[in-house]
Amino acid sequence: MRKATAIIILALVGYYFLSVFLTVPFGEKRNNVGQYYLHNTVRETGAVNSVTAIVVSYRGFDTLGEVTVLFIASLGLGAILFDKKGKKRRLQHASLIVRVGAHMLYPLIVLLGAYVFVHGHLTPGGGFQGGAIIATGVLLMFISYRSFETSHKALTYIESIAGMTFVLTGLSGLIWGNSFLQNVLPLGEPGRLISAGIIPIIYIAIGFKVGAELTGLLDNMLKTIKSD
Amino acid sequence: MIMIYVLAAIIIIAAIFSITQKDLILAVVGTSAISVILSIFYYLLQAPDVALTEAAIGIALSTIIFVIAIKKTERYEE
Repeated sequence: MRKATAIIILALVGYYFLSVFLTVPFGEKRNNVGQYYLHNTVRETGAVNSVTAIVVSYRGFDTLGEVTVLFIASLGLGAILFDKKGKKRRLQHASLIVRVGAHMLYPLIVLLGAYVFVHGHLTPGGGFQGGAIIATGVLLMFISYRSFETSHKALTYIESIAGMTFVLTGLSGLIWGNSFLQNVLPLGEPGRLISAGIIPIIYIAIGFKVGAELTGLLDNMLKTIKSD
Repeated sequence: MIMIYVLAAIIIIAAIFSITQKDLILAVVGTSAISVILSIFYYLLQAPDVALTEAAIGIALSTIIFVIAIKKTERYEE
């Protein structure tokens, strides 16, 4: 009886979803906002990568919300897992091959992450991607060397300063311009590293913030593992 | 074109593998294989920004978080 009811309800829901789905026209131009962004981002924001221009400039306030969500998630995890006594990771040392490989790859991965967020307005990627890449590099060292430690205090300072840089850059738009996160710096020549006004500043801040948050999150989680 | 179909087939196989597998570590490896091919797909569909995110977060970070959770609970599903 219950199964029959479930099947009937599922069929009804499926019918309505399908009828809505079939009315959606695929491949037709219904919305001109994408064309607008493609044609006007370079002139209006100075950023060659239009995805970055949308994320940081046109939808900058949403990005601030996104960064806040990540901050609250890592805050909650730290509140549950952080141990004041300074627990050590109790993982076994990895094998020699993994250790040597990690030692050679770690600076390259961090360099790639830094490149990705510094060149966020020129090449694909940006603050979130760069920060996540840096966190994967630190993760590689965490699981290869038991003695590799990150300073909790340094992570806290990096995160706070980066978050404040984002908000203060936004407020500067309110002071010298007329809206929050307005691009008040000169746009410069598109395609140069120093161009696009406040976009690189915000993306570098986001890169540091995301990298520090994810590193702290992984550190807290790995410290909870007990040795076998 | 044929490459896209091959990759899509591998995604489906990896998804079925990770659902039916009783050893949860292998199931997590299946989900990270899905992420690898998804990030290739994003690259082919001209979304390199999303491909970078998927590569860093889907392959490395979420996998290690799943592995930590499995390590602290049970490795085998009943």
